[in-house]
Amino acid sequence: MAGTPLLEVHGLDAFYGDFQALFGVSLRVGQGQVVAVLGANGAGKSTLLKSIAGLMASPREAICLDGEAIGSLRASDVVGRGIALVPEGRRLFPSLSVEENLLIGGQLGRPGPWTLARIYELFPVLEERRSQPSMSLSGGQQQMVAISRALMSNPKLLLCDEISLGLAPIIIKDIYARLPTITAEGISLVIVEQDIVQALTAAQHVYCLQEGRMVLEGTPTTLTREAISAAYFGV
Amino acid sequence: MVPLMEWVNIILQGALLGGLYAMFAAGLSLIFGVMRLVNIAHGDLIVLAAYLSLLATDAFGLGPMTSLLVVVPLMAVIGYTLQRGILNQTLGPDLLPPLLVTFGLSIIIQNGLLELFTADSRRLQAGAVEVASLHVADGLSIGVLPLLQFVTAIAVIAVLQLVFYRTALGRAFRATSDDQDVAQLMGLDNRHVFGLAMALSLAVVAIAGIFLAVRTNFDPAIGPARLIFGFEAVIIGGLGSMWGTLAGGIILGVAQAIGAQLDPGWQLLAGHIAFLIILAIKPDGLFPKVQ
Repeated sequence: MAGTPLLEVHGLDAFYGDFQALFGVSLRVGQGQVVAVLGANGAGKSTLLKSIAGLMASPREAICLDGEAIGSLRASDVVGRGIALVPEGRRLFPSLSVEENLLIGGQLGRPGPWTLARIYELFPVLEERRSQPSMSLSGGQQQMVAISRALMSNPKLLLCDEISLGLAPIIIKDIYARLPTITAEGISLVIVEQDIVQALTAAQHVYCLQEGRMVLEGTPTTLTREAISAAYFGV
Repeated sequence: MVPLMEWVNIILQGALLGGLYAMFAAGLSLIFGVMRLVNIAHGDLIVLAAYLSLLATDAFGLGPMTSLLVVVPLMAVIGYTLQRGILNQTLGPDLLPPLLVTFGLSIIIQNGLLELFTADSRRLQAGAVEVASLHVADGLSIGVLPLLQFVTAIAVIAVLQLVFYRTALGRAFRATSDDQDVAQLMGLDNRHVFGLAMALSLAVVAIAGIFLAVRTNFDPAIGPARLIFGFEAVIIGGLGSMWGTLAGGIILGVAQAIGAQLDPGWQLLAGHIAFLIILAIKPDGLFPKVQ
């Protein structure tokens, strides 16, 4: 990875009250790169993404985007710098229609390739359902809305928290098949997954979190299954 | 026996008064809907708006209706400042701090007004429009002022409905109400969104306050009773439904008018009884928001 990485997390600690969830976590994401963060339940994967997105307080210098320290920014300012999060469990706005969910994603008006028209090209089914209440969609379609809503902010970096959670394998495959279209726009991805196979196929670089600590990193080709399993299960 | 036409008249007057109650209620409902804040000072803010209008008419020689041009933006600014300066700090998982703080605010506003304007009853003079009326039928005429008040209430609720469901601001209100964390991920600063919601609420309060001041005598202590009327209208209509709030206001107004006709002492009691009956039969109100 040459030059300044797009995202650099350095020695990040995170707390829920007295409970420490992350211990000195470091991570780098290059321009246009797809990075997977693996780990068991409760390893701190979601906490890491929430910290990067600004939903959890962090020291200013612990998170840098394009060399700018953004750790202390609020979530509402972080998205303006070009980081969007697809939250775990999709969390669409139930009072908003499908299209309203997308429009609110783009409400800051950051310039970029992602417009309603472009989203409907990527996920045509959403155009058919545009006026429906967001919660009336199937789980897979809701996940498409959640990803699209994040894309509408025209991010440089898209954080995806367990986008396969609770979806049928065929739907997961379908959603993962659209990721290259997204990265083709130069967007970098951080994918947090429990579905190791999906993540290893999509990612160029892999990190493993275990009980709040980064225990392993490498490329999918150099890391053995055994090493990942060991890191995943802590055995 | 009261003749039939007189009953029609009583119910009509009550319904028109209900428009005022709906305006009390709309601001309250909006704030609860967007940020789950029960604003105990709501009634006192209505009275504050009435006094501001009194100041504006005295100082600049404006009529009560033209004073809206000054008082509405002023109350909106007060609302935004209050929200950013104080109320945002009280919001959290616990519902008690905002209750306590707005209760304290209520006491401060009442005593501040008492200090500045004394306990004397005041009234806004609207001139000839106060006594003007439209003749509808024999024994039935409608006052122009109550009619104007009712039409304004409908307009206010229509505008709020429009803002909520047809504008980017309303989208932001609904999204923040649904999920504050995810709304922030969309770049919405909830402190600012809540400030705007309170500004809108107090703009409605300003309109309600001026109509109250023209319609009846007011003094610094009448706020809490207006809060109760507003609450009752919201609960009768169903939380989260703007048009339901109008219906709630009308039911409350009609109940009070009928009560007053039966016995002058029963006006308020009749309103509270109607409220309790509806609460017992339909605890969610008549038009609850469906999701």
